[in-house]
Amino acid sequence: MNDALDVTLRLLVVFVVFLAFPLIVGQTEHKVMAHMQGRLGPMYAGGFHGWAQLVADGVKFAQKEDVVPADADRRIFQLAPAVALLPYLLVLLAIPVGPGEGAVGQAVDAGVFFVLAVMGVGVLGSLMAGWSSANKFSLLGGLRTAAQLLAYELPMLLTAASVAMAAGTVSLVGILDAFEWWWLPWQIVGAVVFFVAGLAELQRPPFDMPVADSEIIFGAYTEYTGLRFALFLLAEYAGIVVLCGLTTVLFLGGWHGPWGADGLGWVWTLLKAAVLAFVVIWLRVTYPRLREDQLQKLSWTLLVPLSLAQIALTGIVKVVIA
Amino acid sequence: MTLAAASHGFLSPTGVEIAFLLVGLVTLGAAVLTVTTRQLVHAALWLVVALGGLAVEYLLLTAEFIAWVQVLIYVGAVVVLILFGLMLTRAPIGRSPDADSGNRWAALTVAVASAAALVWVVVDAFRTTWIELDGPAAGSTAVTGASLFQNWVLPFEALSVLLLAALVGAIVLSRRTKAARADEVSRAGTPQGQQGGVR
Repeated sequence: MNDALDVTLRLLVVFVVFLAFPLIVGQTEHKVMAHMQGRLGPMYAGGFHGWAQLVADGVKFAQKEDVVPADADRRIFQLAPAVALLPYLLVLLAIPVGPGEGAVGQAVDAGVFFVLAVMGVGVLGSLMAGWSSANKFSLLGGLRTAAQLLAYELPMLLTAASVAMAAGTVSLVGILDAFEWWWLPWQIVGAVVFFVAGLAELQRPPFDMPVADSEIIFGAYTEYTGLRFALFLLAEYAGIVVLCGLTTVLFLGGWHGPWGADGLGWVWTLLKAAVLAFVVIWLRVTYPRLREDQLQKLSWTLLVPLSLAQIALTGIVKVVIA
Repeated sequence: MTLAAASHGFLSPTGVEIAFLLVGLVTLGAAVLTVTTRQLVHAALWLVVALGGLAVEYLLLTAEFIAWVQVLIYVGAVVVLILFGLMLTRAPIGRSPDADSGNRWAALTVAVASAAALVWVVVDAFRTTWIELDGPAAGSTAVTGASLFQNWVLPFEALSVLLLAALVGAIVLSRRTKAARADEVSRAGTPQGQQGGVR
């Protein structure tokens, strides 16, 4: 009985986090972009700082008609948003926010592999959407998504492997238990590569070639309307939450902080993830979009060699201090 | 793992065993659909279901590491590559009348033969092995790693050399086609003489 209650409670908490955090990131993005670019629209609705803008967006999405194009592959078209969104919910289960048993949805033995594997599945949603829409722009978007995933999955995996080597375990909880402050300079190259590759996998600017709204009209999502489109947007923000959480856990020491390790560990995790989420938004506002060939070149000629160098460095240091 | 010492009979299966059987049926169904559906992209998506089902089977057998690697490599990379190839060449929505191959009987023979060989090898190798599902995980990362690098280092290294050879081969092939094409272009361009190869 106690066990069942415990599991239910954990699942409930993870679910609430899954529903709330992406919206918080979305709201923050509205406001940060408004401030940085002097936009008036997002600051207007509801009075103070345009607090009601997100609510208005939600109402707008819910009101729109749910359209499935006549030539589309109906079932796959309708299934795609769920395939894009659900993997992030599963990943959130495995991310530890604090020290000890109680602060993770489900401790997974091969946590690093679990999160990267399941995150990769989410991209299938975009591919399904791109193909089933029966639209050239969507197909192009899907193609670019696939090419981007193939290019950026490798550096992400390699840098995560570097951390796993440093910690001597592939469990996320174990990696945090083994963390020391000097890992930060030691793994900094890996951290940057991981974060950049993660951004590319989420198709966030400046890596948003697959959805480039001004040239292929939001790529795979061109034909989507209403709530299904909102689900894709939600998947993007859930992806930001997951990426920031993972970078925090793998490279920034998660719940480790200068003080308050007992009881306040989760505050550190949230703080670090929030700062990273701010950086994600900041990059969107400040950087122009990379061209498709530049995207591929960046991954294969810069990120992959850098991550291999990071693995070599990790191996050398590991052997020297052993 | 201990020798076969079933504490319960064949006809009183546990929940895990029932789940294993059901997931197995789903996997089999998805695999059959993969090779029988007339819609190319649907075949790739059914393959996702089949491979995911296999991962769940691994999980039920407590081989967690293998399960996640299965998802990572096959669903995350191989299927994405297949879909990429399909979308790049042709991926019509609806049925493809030419999706049937004249080789289907040969393919069926090969498939049955390889399945028989695999089943025979597995049954012969693990005839009396029993996985204790309630005990410590027999397929955790630590256990898998230890057995891989203690007992199976030689096959592992042989496989990595094979993969390296495939990698080098792919690079050589792609470079040669590019060189051959450049060669063709220059040969086609020069006899005329007037225009030259370069605009």
